Amino acid sequence: MPLINMKKLAFLLSLIFCFTAVSAQQTQSVEMADVLRSSGKIYVVIATICIIFIGLALYLFSIDRRLKKIEKEN
Amino acid sequence: MKFIYQMWWKVLAVALVLSTFITGLLLRVPRLPIIHETIRNLYFHVPMWMGMLTVFVVSVYYSVRYLNTGKEEHDLAAVECVNTGLIFYSLGLLTGMLWAKYAWGEYWSGDPKQNSAAIAFLLYCAYLVLRNSIDEEQKRAKISAIYNIFAFPIMVVLIFVLPRLTDSLHPGSGGNPAFGRYDLDNGMKLSFYPAMLGWSFIALWIATVRYRIRLIENKKNAIN
Repeated sequence: MPLINMKKLAFLLSLIFCFTAVSAQQTQSVEMADVLRSSGKIYVVIATICIIFIGLALYLFSIDRRLKKIEKEN
Repeated sequence: MKFIYQMWWKVLAVALVLSTFITGLLLRVPRLPIIHETIRNLYFHVPMWMGMLTVFVVSVYYSVRYLNTGKEEHDLAAVECVNTGLIFYSLGLLTGMLWAKYAWGEYWSGDPKQNSAAIAFLLYCAYLVLRNSIDEEQKRAKISAIYNIFAFPIMVVLIFVLPRLTDSLHPGSGGNPAFGRYDLDNGMKLSFYPAMLGWSFIALWIATVRYRIRLIENKKNAIN
């Protein structure tokens, strides 16, 4: 049994990322993190969060795998 | 039960949540006074409650199954779902408090939504206390299954119904619009729905891992 059905996965991933509609802009003068964004450093935050989450996800996957092994032994 | 051993939905869950970190922080959001950029918390705070709700629903399902079949595994599934649900419950409460500090001014302002969420939290803590107070296994399973089935609708009413009937600071209460209005005229749904779905599956995943560990522990205990 393949661990991941690649075709299914590719389809789902494309579903997630294919929406790129951008919302209509409102022109009120409400403070937002525009400076942070224009300097481009928001990507640092995103990257940090992503690294943490990927790390936790991989950890969960590894627990899952170890568990599978133990289940086979029992 | 083959589903819980499969891999594809776990990968999907991770991909969905990961996508919301990127789209949720980059895409444009409505410019609103007071909440400003914290509106993006919608992609992270609300899905915690969705994750909680998902595992609690599964828990009730297995409590009903237990009462029908009397199989011990169903009881174990129900408990581990509640355990996982309580983790997400705590995360939801904590993130809500943090958001409240910056949107409403206080971590805890005695808002109807906060108060009833706290009461419902105790309701589920009582479930675990009740379980631990009964030694006889079948009795414990049966009583806690019944308690769980009653606790769920009360929790739903407390968190999702009662606060809406009174004035509350929380969106969706007493004429205070939920974020649904803003979702429609911009791309917030693009991050919001994947987050809800993704975190639901993450919660389910953690619950299944806990359940599988519990099964092994249970088997070991039976042998000894």
